[in-house]
Amino acid sequence: MSSPAGQGGAASLTVENLVAGYGEVIALNGVTITAAAGSITAVLGANGAGKTTLLRAISGMVRPRGGRVVLDGTDRAGRGPEDMARAGIAHVPEGQGVIAELTVEENLRIGMMSWPGIAPRRAERAAALAQAYERFGLLADRRRKLASTLSGGERQMLVIARALVARPRVLLLDEPSLGLAPKIMTQVMDMVVRLSKENGITVVLVEQNARGALSIADQGVVLNLGRVVAAAEAKALASDVALRHHYLGF
Amino acid sequence: MVEFLQFTLSGISFGMIYAAIALSLVLIWRGTRLLNFAQGGMAMFTTYIAIEVIYHTHSYWAGFVIALAAGVVLGAVAELVVIRPALGKPELNAVIITIGLLILLEGLAGVFYGGQYRSFPAGFSIVGLKAGSTALGVSRFDVFVAAAVLVTTLLLAAGFKYTSAGLRMRAAAFNATVARLSGIRVARVITVGWALAGLLGALAGVLVSPATFLYPNSMDTIFVYGFTAAVIGGLDSPVGAVIGGLLLGVVLNLATGYLGSQGSDLQALVALGILVVVLMLRPEGIFSGARVRRV
Repeated sequence: MSSPAGQGGAASLTVENLVAGYGEVIALNGVTITAAAGSITAVLGANGAGKTTLLRAISGMVRPRGGRVVLDGTDRAGRGPEDMARAGIAHVPEGQGVIAELTVEENLRIGMMSWPGIAPRRAERAAALAQAYERFGLLADRRRKLASTLSGGERQMLVIARALVARPRVLLLDEPSLGLAPKIMTQVMDMVVRLSKENGITVVLVEQNARGALSIADQGVVLNLGRVVAAAEAKALASDVALRHHYLGF
Repeated sequence: MVEFLQFTLSGISFGMIYAAIALSLVLIWRGTRLLNFAQGGMAMFTTYIAIEVIYHTHSYWAGFVIALAAGVVLGAVAELVVIRPALGKPELNAVIITIGLLILLEGLAGVFYGGQYRSFPAGFSIVGLKAGSTALGVSRFDVFVAAAVLVTTLLLAAGFKYTSAGLRMRAAAFNATVARLSGIRVARVITVGWALAGLLGALAGVLVSPATFLYPNSMDTIFVYGFTAAVIGGLDSPVGAVIGGLLLGVVLNLATGYLGSQGSDLQALVALGILVVVLMLRPEGIFSGARVRRV
């Protein structure tokens, strides 16, 4: 997978003292995390811990009230989602990633909208689509079908494929296994690992399934009520019985 | 039978104008979930610009082109200046702003051009065409009206379907969140949508004015029929807007044709009747992809 034109390959992502919220509610209160280039970081915690808000603040969907979002040394906090996408951050939001009214191929082409320049060359577009179909063969068979006709697993595959077409350096995945059958969930998790290890993409993964997320992550961050209560290597978190009992539910 | 054919063909010409207004409303609705009540006023204003250009250049086509260009500019400026600050606020704010814009434009037209009725030239002959000795009920200009709207609609449809810009517009209309996360500048797309809507409105204005005369309120009735056509077809559906416009134009013309002067008086009532029937049977409009759940 090539990196975005004009950008480097893998990128490190650092969030420092991030404060964000909705109206009078503070959902993130001084959150700091560091994701090394090409690593997988699992963000865990109970409902309302601030996991989704963290991804939304990184991708620009929520404007941070304080703190920094540093991508490869450049603070991009406060930029809109369009700018973040163009900087190489792909955000796959929970349960709403597919545009159901468009075909599978059109959904994939949406991923090219963050490419630099106004009109990428036809050959470049075709190559990116071919690469996506090669990786996700099932989508090739359905390229002319409306995305609304896909199953839950196929939709998840499509949003991840589209995120890859965007040639991201950082991939933010919000509950990618939500609502999927266990077998499909395993495939999705395997896919996340491949993306990170083979393509050098930095992945920040929000998951309710803490055990599954920690099994593939390099490091984990546990949030509670908008604050980081633990941050360590994934294996260390998974073996911390007290932490698992209090915050992770397994 | 001949009468029916004449009324139908003539109705298609008016129907295409309603379709153009309906399509302009659909473009804005899909992008911003807003009904632009100023659409008719914008069309009226650009038609006044056209008549001034025609007066000074003696060229219908110069006026025609300038009107379309003015429609593009007026649509974009309206979105940037008065609509954008209201987006994201309570929906009623933007609706009231469009009504205010309508009042402003009609007031300005009165100030600049006066309130009297002005005739507007037609680009082609308005003498009725004949097939042998049988009058067809339409003129060359009517054919031009239908063709102009049809070609514009097809160009827009092809643009939406086959170009990257069109894909951006569709993505932004269907799911603005995903579009923004994919790097699409949705605000810019919305401006383009308003500009295209302005173009369609301007087209409707210059095409209908030879039949209706031009005055500050001249597009109000056309707007109401265009709005009705859009609701009939489904506010989400460009195809529905065109078919809704055609359906309304033909039915209203048949009513006028067969009922004589009473038919003219009853046009609005007939339109209302169609609207009520469609909304009762299919509240989301005939061609809308959206589904309304009865509770």
